[in-house]
Amino acid sequence: MPRYGMVIDLDRCTACQACVVACKVENNVPFTDPEAAAKGRTMLWIELLADIEGSFPSLRASLKPRPCLMCDDPPCTKVCPVNATYQNPDGIVAQIYPRCIGCRYCTNACPYGVKLFNWRKPEWPKPMAEGLDPDVSVRPKGVVEKCTFCHQRLQAARERAAWERRPMREEDYQPACAEVCPPNAISFGDLDDEKSEVHRLSRHDRAFRLLAELGTKPKVYFLREVGK
Amino acid sequence: MNRREDWTYEEKALIPPVVKTSRLFWFTAAGLAAIVLWALYAWYYQLQRGLGVTGMGRPVYWGFYITNFVFFIGVSHAGTLISAILRLTRAEWRRPITRAAEIITVAVIAIGASNVIIDLGREDRLFNVIFKPHLTSPLLWDVLSITTYLTGSVLYLYLPTIPDSAILRDKLPRRRWLYGPLSLGWTGTERQKKLLNRAIAVMAVIMVPIAVSVHTVVSWVFAMTIQPMWHSSIFGPFFVVGAIYSGIAAIIVAMAIIRKGCHLEAFLKPLHFDYLGRLLLVMTLLWTYFTFAEYITTYYGNSPDEIRVMMSKLTGPFAPYFWTMVICCLPVPLVILGVKRFRTITGTVIASLLINVGMWLERFTIVIPTLSNPRIPRYNVHYTPSWVEVSLMAGCFALFILVYMGFTKLFPIISIWEIEEGREGVQETAERLESYLPEGEWGEAAGPVPAAASIA
Repeated sequence: MPRYGMVIDLDRCTACQACVVACKVENNVPFTDPEAAAKGRTMLWIELLADIEGSFPSLRASLKPRPCLMCDDPPCTKVCPVNATYQNPDGIVAQIYPRCIGCRYCTNACPYGVKLFNWRKPEWPKPMAEGLDPDVSVRPKGVVEKCTFCHQRLQAARERAAWERRPMREEDYQPACAEVCPPNAISFGDLDDEKSEVHRLSRHDRAFRLLAELGTKPKVYFLREVGK
Repeated sequence: MNRREDWTYEEKALIPPVVKTSRLFWFTAAGLAAIVLWALYAWYYQLQRGLGVTGMGRPVYWGFYITNFVFFIGVSHAGTLISAILRLTRAEWRRPITRAAEIITVAVIAIGASNVIIDLGREDRLFNVIFKPHLTSPLLWDVLSITTYLTGSVLYLYLPTIPDSAILRDKLPRRRWLYGPLSLGWTGTERQKKLLNRAIAVMAVIMVPIAVSVHTVVSWVFAMTIQPMWHSSIFGPFFVVGAIYSGIAAIIVAMAIIRKGCHLEAFLKPLHFDYLGRLLLVMTLLWTYFTFAEYITTYYGNSPDEIRVMMSKLTGPFAPYFWTMVICCLPVPLVILGVKRFRTITGTVIASLLINVGMWLERFTIVIPTLSNPRIPRYNVHYTPSWVEVSLMAGCFALFILVYMGFTKLFPIISIWEIEEGREGVQETAERLESYLPEGEWGEAAGPVPAAASIA
């Protein structure tokens, strides 16, 4: 089985947030009004983390796009009382929306703040409601959702490869964020495949993982900025 | 046979509060019922619109509901655990207290557990915890231990009511339909007494570890995550101590109210408040010890994430709640309960009320500050509960008092037969006390002097 992972080169990233927009459209992630946003109910499967070091005037800000880190030892899955979040054979931390009871234990157990809760029935502005992605289910109110590495794309790619009677290629399956990234900062593929780019980059000198000291073993790597 | 003059002293004093209901009782009950109805409306409102009607958001995914859950489950340690310990240690002064304490457990544990259900995003899928259980989740351990505790507590409350049901069956002919079946054909034979006492003793032994397990696994819901100031190995015993602390305080308040309300001054004497006050003093010191140990190790550990959570309590936005908790739980009870002159009924009740306020704040300052200060990302979102959450909290407290009041109209709040048994057993108790001492007559040498002593 492949171990899908991601490497995000922060030296290339311009913080344009094209990945954020692409993800939102691809995965039918609900919109939030300003009032809900003020309560911390913004729904973003990939978001820009702002790290601000020091204080004005000698401060340094760094921005990291953060999808679900798809931990190999996820703190969220073991606390779910009903197995609604689990690690599937592809190593992807998945959510079963129709089983989730909405206790939000996983959202509190995740040290990266990745998981999101549907506080209300999701709504879209008029024209957007007609353009939802038919491959992704719209989540009901009261369940937890999160980045799935665009799992629907993996399914489609597998089916196509099977139909064409050939093995899957790396370019067959790319999540929306990796595909859309203008400066090509996001690489995606099988971490265990020695020929893959992510395998090479994840061993790069600049590679690091978020809160690696917690032992969660994320499959998303970042490449440190080289400097200005 | 059933003339009032034939009733024993206990029956004359304890049966009328069951039958006679004052106007004040009805007014209070109506007021409480109104609050409960309002809370039910708030719940309906939330069910229709989703948890968006609460003040919760990211990162504070848990708020008042989970705080109340932990608090109520804590208070539930009042009854069954304290009563079991007093029974097992054969503390004679327990007799008028046990039942008043046990009903607190049953009422409060059901209300505490409902708070988790209210907190669910999908109440309709509640039974997934039975049909799709995931045993590594501490929340599932909660489900198991709380349902066990509730079942055991109901049984443990019911067993000692059997002889009283038989008394009420004989004394109140109009309620025979109720007490007849409940008394299970009790006639008071020696064999029945022996069986009942053994059953109560067995239940008392079983209930102690179950009660300890309940608040241990409640704490593990937090401790089994890796979040700052939740992931703490002290949490199990820390929560159990806090639970017993708030539990004893709840018993004292309840006792003071029924003492006045049911005119039971002859049964619930200053002595009982004094003894429970001493127990409460021990718990004050234990709670302080655990709290101090928890914070001093965090401070010396100096892990930035933990310090951020801790400082938000000591000097940050949670400081008012944290320091109110400290004042309510440490210096005030210490002075009131530690000085004999203040350890009166009024004194212990004031201390107990403050302790319960403090313990609620403790639960709040354990749940919320950790969620408000995650490792990443940083947020500027502050949690303020909505009217729905406040209404449901008020409803929970009102429902608890209402259930308690209702129970006093169902059974004598002080066990008639246990008081009578205590009265009849005075001789036996005196003999037991004597058996603790070295054998021999008073004033005489107690048998041959041991060899070791004679050398000196």
